[in-house]
Amino acid sequence: MTTTKYDPRVLKAPHPVPGAPDNWKRFFSFNTDAKVIGIQYIGLALFFLLVGGLLAMVMRGELITPPADLVDPSVYNGLYTMHGTVMLFLFLFPVLNGFNNLLIPTMIGAPDMAFPKLNAAAFWLVPVFAFVLLSSFFVPGGPASSGWWSYPPVSIQNPLGHLINGEFLWILAVAISGVSSIMGAINFVTTIIRMRAPGMGFFKMPVFVWTAWAAQTLQLIGLPALTGGAIMLLFDLSFGTSFFRPEGGGDPVLYQHFFWFYSHPAVYVMVLPVFGIFSELITVYSRKPLFGYKFVALASFIITFLGLIVWVHHMFYTGTPQWMRNLVMITTMLIAVPTGVKVFAWLGTLWGAKIRLTTPMLFVLGGLVNFIFGGITGVMLGTVPIDIHVGNTYFVVAHFHYIIFNTIGFGIFAGIYHWFPKFTGRMYYEGLGKIHFTLTFIGATLNWLPLHWAGLYGMPRRVASYDPEFALWNVIASIGAFMLGVASIPFILNIVSSWARGAKAPANPWRAIGLEWLLPSPPPAENFEDDIPTVISEPYGYGLGKPLVEDEEFYVRRSMEA
Amino acid sequence: MTSTRQSPKKGLPLRLLAVILVSTALDAAVSFQVSRWAYGWLPVPASTAAPYVDNLFSLEVGIGCFVFVGCVGFIIWSLLFSRAEKYDESDGLPIEGNTKLEVTWTVIPFVIVMALAFYSIHVNEKLASLGPKQKYDVALNQSPDAVATLDARRDIGPIEVIARQWSWEFVYPDGVRSSELHLPLNQRANFLLISEDVLHSFYIPAFRLKQDIIPGSVISYSITPTREGRFRLRDAMFSGAYFSKNQTDVIVESEEAYDSWLTKTAKRPLVQGLSPGTSLYEKRLKDGDRGWATVPPAPPPMVNDPGNPEAPHDA
Repeated sequence: MTTTKYDPRVLKAPHPVPGAPDNWKRFFSFNTDAKVIGIQYIGLALFFLLVGGLLAMVMRGELITPPADLVDPSVYNGLYTMHGTVMLFLFLFPVLNGFNNLLIPTMIGAPDMAFPKLNAAAFWLVPVFAFVLLSSFFVPGGPASSGWWSYPPVSIQNPLGHLINGEFLWILAVAISGVSSIMGAINFVTTIIRMRAPGMGFFKMPVFVWTAWAAQTLQLIGLPALTGGAIMLLFDLSFGTSFFRPEGGGDPVLYQHFFWFYSHPAVYVMVLPVFGIFSELITVYSRKPLFGYKFVALASFIITFLGLIVWVHHMFYTGTPQWMRNLVMITTMLIAVPTGVKVFAWLGTLWGAKIRLTTPMLFVLGGLVNFIFGGITGVMLGTVPIDIHVGNTYFVVAHFHYIIFNTIGFGIFAGIYHWFPKFTGRMYYEGLGKIHFTLTFIGATLNWLPLHWAGLYGMPRRVASYDPEFALWNVIASIGAFMLGVASIPFILNIVSSWARGAKAPANPWRAIGLEWLLPSPPPAENFEDDIPTVISEPYGYGLGKPLVEDEEFYVRRSMEA
Repeated sequence: MTSTRQSPKKGLPLRLLAVILVSTALDAAVSFQVSRWAYGWLPVPASTAAPYVDNLFSLEVGIGCFVFVGCVGFIIWSLLFSRAEKYDESDGLPIEGNTKLEVTWTVIPFVIVMALAFYSIHVNEKLASLGPKQKYDVALNQSPDAVATLDARRDIGPIEVIARQWSWEFVYPDGVRSSELHLPLNQRANFLLISEDVLHSFYIPAFRLKQDIIPGSVISYSITPTREGRFRLRDAMFSGAYFSKNQTDVIVESEEAYDSWLTKTAKRPLVQGLSPGTSLYEKRLKDGDRGWATVPPAPPPMVNDPGNPEAPHDA
């Protein structure tokens, strides 16, 4: 093997940790193998998807009738706060970090992450802050109940006066989550920059790696602002300072700037890797190269850059001066351009394709349709006059669920099905997968499409009760939510039974092009170990007949024989 | 290895052009119709701002529908005609890119969103509803109008809008206090938005206007209602336990009716105003204070006109 400036062994760590178990117990150990950590992240995240989903179903049960009759309004507020927090910090971020762990090293031909122990530590912080967050259900006064954005002064009201209260634990959990995410981001960015296989220049990286890189760069820039804001909030809550407390001369709007400076880009942290998943999957199930690969790759960083200067659009009606509203409206709407480039590139890839409607492809196409819809309502929300009317109504709830669940969630399911054979060594059941997709697509549409109209008609979000004119939309939405709950059953059945008893997966069941598919299923501890291939082609060479790496037959043969 | 397919024939692909033209025309017709329907998805327009917002919304729905139907139509078309047959293991056309096409589909969205942005700036200037936000020192308890710069174009007001957990109180310049907001038709009403505890939001869907109320600040805000009726004012910024109940009505009436309401109400004694959170909180205490912690509601405001929460509202 020739030594190049990309030599991954420069950063190679001792691996695996001596004495680490190699049976199922490894998923419950401090294991430094990125693939184990990836599955740990995804498994834990899916558990919390169920928790967050159950909270949501109680909420939708409350909202199936106009009055607040199922739970006390204070309980409802705690439920929606925890639903949002659990879904973001315990489902979405962990599940995407799981994909990063599984895919970044295998896709770039690295033996592991740059800092394997840091990686494991970052993962084990997730159960720690999950415990902190969920223990708040049992403190006097209940969990945080001021929304996942925790705006002061509501969030610093602390009615019982205890030092340890739900809000305190919430801030602590968010801060630990931030530390964990920063640890992850440093690791992912370093790995991508320093540990690519020989020959893999930036424009030979798969789009998933590009998007993960762009997303993790955003984490590094944005998260310190949120963490700083959270710490100031903690001081206001517990130690009587007045950063945001109006009685002491603080400004509650300042917190909103800290919060959204990170929390808007956080959406791109989550959606960018899903764009990566879409790009990987559309090519393989269309059997075509990704149309405009370089445009798609670079658009990720344009989204990162623009994503950092749009946060004020969450504050169009908080007393923001006209010049600032107009400026941020323009940057917000510009986001439509790089995302549009991606969407058109995927459509271009479908042109003249040989489409295979497997479960992952169904989730990709379903997610793509929903993303186009959510993107259009996003442009509407970006324009100040419309946002002033529909901001903080159910229109916003509907829009961001179209992005957060109907796009990102669909992308995650697509990714799980697609890479399931690679990382578990077993095939999933296609029939159950298609039932899962059908129920999810119908349930998600019923759940969130009608809520756009409720919002346009003026139904505020975060309400435990509402005027009777909104009843019909809410009944349909609740039916959709319960359907989504039912949809998780075939998914769980599929994953559990396939992993236990599914057919053995070949190395490359989808005939996909990519370094990870040149590995056996499941890949060995250090991926390519000392035989790291030299990349000679751009990714996605479907129909071009060019080998991806030097001596490709050797790797194919080895992966099949393993 | 080169592709086994022959490259597409040169010359104008007439059939393709015809398909594109016909489908674009259909898409445009559908989108135009949907943009018309979009007006019906909003409450009745009841302020001078509403038509501007509604027109912009209709335009955005039209463009959005055109894009959505176009893209989804393309996906469906691909699914119908570009599916791999069973056991077909071959690859699709290995097209890697087309710079002209890529530049085109970068420029077109750019032009569309910039046009929309500049149109929205124009609408913003038309609305011009937001007066300056002034810091107001709660500790010194200055008079709000001493710090707020008033809207010089106002016909009536400034009406103080005081939001609390969880009630609305409206104080008119002559001292009349009310739980419901009365406004005369076609007059520019100016408000001083004040919050005594947490963030609230002054949101009247029929007026298409919303403004957060920031504790510690006074915000001067103006609205011109254009339609008589009883409209819903909703707190749109989460404000704690009984947030969803923090609603009241805005009654838009003729100038005569407004004036007579004002003189009549001025003579009425102060009574407890509308405060739906208070009764719910009392019920909660009676039932054993179950549920998660909440601050107790502020005492109901004392007003001349407590309003009528039972009256049906228009929008």
